[in-house]
Amino acid sequence: MNRRSLLIASGLAAASPLLGRPAFAQQAQITGAGATFPRPLYERWAQAAREATGVQLNYQSIGSGGGINQITARTVDFGASDAPLSAEQLNERKLMQFPTVLGSVVLSANLPGVADNALRLTPEIVADIFLGKLTRWNDPRIAEVNREIRIPNLPIGPCYRADGSGTTWVFTTYLSRVSEEWKSGPGAGTSIRWPVGNGARGNEGVSNIIRNTPGAIGYIENAYAVVNRMATTQLRNKSGRFVRPEPPAFNAAAAAADWTVPNFAADTINLDGENVWPITSPTYILLPVNPPAEKVEASRNTMRFFDWTFRNGSEIASRLEYIPLPASAHDLIRKGWGQHVRTPSGEAVWTA
Amino acid sequence: MSDIALGAPAAPATGRRKTAGSFGDRLFAGLCLSAGILVLLTLGGIIVTLFIGGLPAFRHFGLDFLISTRWDPVEGREEFGAFVSVFGTVITSVLAIIFAVPVAFGIAYFLTELAPQWLRRPVGIAIELLAAIPSIIYGMWGLFVLVPFVQMNIQLTFGEALGAIPLVGFLFASNSFAGTSIFTASLVLAIMILPFIAATMRDVFEQVPPVYKESAYGLGATRWEVVRGVVVPYTRISVVGGIMLGLGRALGETMAVTFVIGNANRMPTSIFDPSTTIASVIAMEFPESLAGSLQQSALFAIGFLLFVISFVVLATSRWLLRSRLKG
Repeated sequence: MNRRSLLIASGLAAASPLLGRPAFAQQAQITGAGATFPRPLYERWAQAAREATGVQLNYQSIGSGGGINQITARTVDFGASDAPLSAEQLNERKLMQFPTVLGSVVLSANLPGVADNALRLTPEIVADIFLGKLTRWNDPRIAEVNREIRIPNLPIGPCYRADGSGTTWVFTTYLSRVSEEWKSGPGAGTSIRWPVGNGARGNEGVSNIIRNTPGAIGYIENAYAVVNRMATTQLRNKSGRFVRPEPPAFNAAAAAADWTVPNFAADTINLDGENVWPITSPTYILLPVNPPAEKVEASRNTMRFFDWTFRNGSEIASRLEYIPLPASAHDLIRKGWGQHVRTPSGEAVWTA
Repeated sequence: MSDIALGAPAAPATGRRKTAGSFGDRLFAGLCLSAGILVLLTLGGIIVTLFIGGLPAFRHFGLDFLISTRWDPVEGREEFGAFVSVFGTVITSVLAIIFAVPVAFGIAYFLTELAPQWLRRPVGIAIELLAAIPSIIYGMWGLFVLVPFVQMNIQLTFGEALGAIPLVGFLFASNSFAGTSIFTASLVLAIMILPFIAATMRDVFEQVPPVYKESAYGLGATRWEVVRGVVVPYTRISVVGGIMLGLGRALGETMAVTFVIGNANRMPTSIFDPSTTIASVIAMEFPESLAGSLQQSALFAIGFLLFVISFVVLATSRWLLRSRLKG
């Protein structure tokens, strides 16, 4: 395309809202900002959905906190957050939230001579490691559940995400569930006060420490762990079974969750079920419930985009190691759109 | 300079040219003045923004903010104390100075006294190039090269032996073996500030009047005696000023430190423990802090503290360097 035709094309694109021709109106742009964790998926979905729906998504992964700030200020069409907002927070900001996919957090340890997914950990052991109460890998409590393998006698080096992150929120929420001491001690949050260990920036920083330090253990996103072939561990779930961090266990968690709770803030952490991986969490989209007149179209396009991903995006999600929601959850979300998001004149934006 | 410019119209000149010239002079002086004021306004604006942003935290915690070592961003029980990050900032910078100054002195001494003329320029340029490397590169290099090196060849090799030294052994004994530590951060910082200190030292060493040095040589002094007895006393204050400049840079360094310090908001007891600095706490936690939250305010507040610390250090260095800067 030479410069002149580019000029004409951009002129037409700029004029298209005035012309109101449906063919051009379909080239709609929506912008979103927030969580970094689902970024690869949203980008991939955006590519696939552009042709199918005519909605072009511009997603900026600035972090969940930034996403919440930006959608509160209404500078974007939707925000994205790894941690759900409370009902109050949503009311105050006039937002609704819905989940898109689940992610899972896995534990990765550097123990020379121990195979991938061979090490078995119990919730109590994990909590005590990050509380600094277990300091060596040959501790009898660890040996007790790992009779079949030989664990080298190394000091335990816990490591964690130093940057505020949804991954930390998920992991520390899990620890708060399984350990009273953790709940009353460090607690749960996007960044917390760690009793021991080394902090690093991002999944890559944590993985780097784990790779470099024999005896190190840390938590990372499953997607990152798979792509980078990190050695992960088994974990005992609420039903008392040791599970491997693999897709069947993740999908079991998605199926076991109760999606009918208000604001879709389904609790997927430490669920009951034989094959459930205990540390998973949905990632959320935040959508204004009161779009002003000029934003109604963008709001509808946002829903159209996610509607398309619910229908056609699950395979892409699985391929990128995300966990798609069950179809029943998709239906509930569509219903939620219809109920909550209103135009200035009070009509539902989502009518499909 | 402005005195000369303003004084010029008083000199005898022809009428027409004088009026045009004086208008141009005044315009130019006005533009320069506004440029100067703009800098002051920007500086003042930043200080005020940081202070106002940090005010809720200062109010909420009072003096405790400065001395408390608890930094707990968990919602519902927020508690913020700046002491760990302030301590980490100061201790890494001071250690960096301790590592960098002897080497910088060696470089400056070599370049001004020992090196043959043809070698002085290339080495001088290499030093200045070191100063031009972006800090993120130092961070990456630190993480992938220096951290494993410190872990394997220093901490695991000498750590226990050093830890056994009576009285000061605890400074070297650590349970953290990841290699990211105060020591590693100080090393990276030392390499980063080395060129600043070395360049300043070389410049001031060169300013020593040759007649002093030659007199000393004439009295039979050795090179070392000349440096110790003539060069260093003559340049002492300027050298300290140059060191303070390096310290100023080390205090505010963010990315390189964040990569290698271990980001643990806990009081360290050993130089091999992870810790954190003001700049890296802000870099790590600011993106996820909610607008208007106490956490964000506390981040602004420690930003303000960093500003104050850097300001004091830079002001001191200016004051010490004043004779040299006047030329």
